[in-house]
Amino acid sequence: MIMSENHINILLTEEVLSLPNCQAFVEEPMVGGIVHFVGTVRNQTKGKTVERLDFEAYKPMAISEMTKIAQQALEKFGVTKIAMHHRIGVLEIGEIPVIIAISSPHRMAAFEACQYCIDTLKETVPIWKKEIFEDGEVWVSATP
Amino acid sequence: MKVKVLCFGITRDILGAFENTIELPEGANVLDLKNQLMQTYSDFHKLSSLQIAVNEEYGDDKQILTEKDEVVLIPPVSGG
Repeated sequence: MIMSENHINILLTEEVLSLPNCQAFVEEPMVGGIVHFVGTVRNQTKGKTVERLDFEAYKPMAISEMTKIAQQALEKFGVTKIAMHHRIGVLEIGEIPVIIAISSPHRMAAFEACQYCIDTLKETVPIWKKEIFEDGEVWVSATP
Repeated sequence: MKVKVLCFGITRDILGAFENTIELPEGANVLDLKNQLMQTYSDFHKLSSLQIAVNEEYGDDKQILTEKDEVVLIPPVSGG
């Protein structure tokens, strides 16, 4: 078991996310590279214009599930540090709902761990987004 | 027994409230709760999936529920 407490930084917030804060958390003299994934709100889905997104979370469990994913990624890929920040509330087009930053001695592990973290977040973390259109709104992925 | 059930996302729209009290037989498990919801609210059949969290962990179908548990409906998640 890796001592992960000082290696993981999880944030779930209604405030604007900060890429510099994520970067600063994962910086270490021993690392040779840092990979960031920055999710942004897209202006359309399946050809339909999206006006904004509204995110909500089951907060305590979202934080514990994000922590689990980061711990798994540390162990599985041997990366050095992980910051995983997610925003909730109403986000406009181009705003940032999620940032994942990962540092590692070697770049391949950081790329792989980053992909693992965002893919798993989308599968298991209890966060939901509603797409708001001009003429209505839809919970994303709720129905087939 | 009366179990407090919290609803997020589309499940809140289906039940009409965030916090709900649901009457279940003593010893009911997660699957019993799912079945009861499906019977009461036909819109649950439209969902791609439904998971139940018990005390902040995903519960499996056989997990027994009690009145003290924090029970949360987890429709398909869509973070990121």
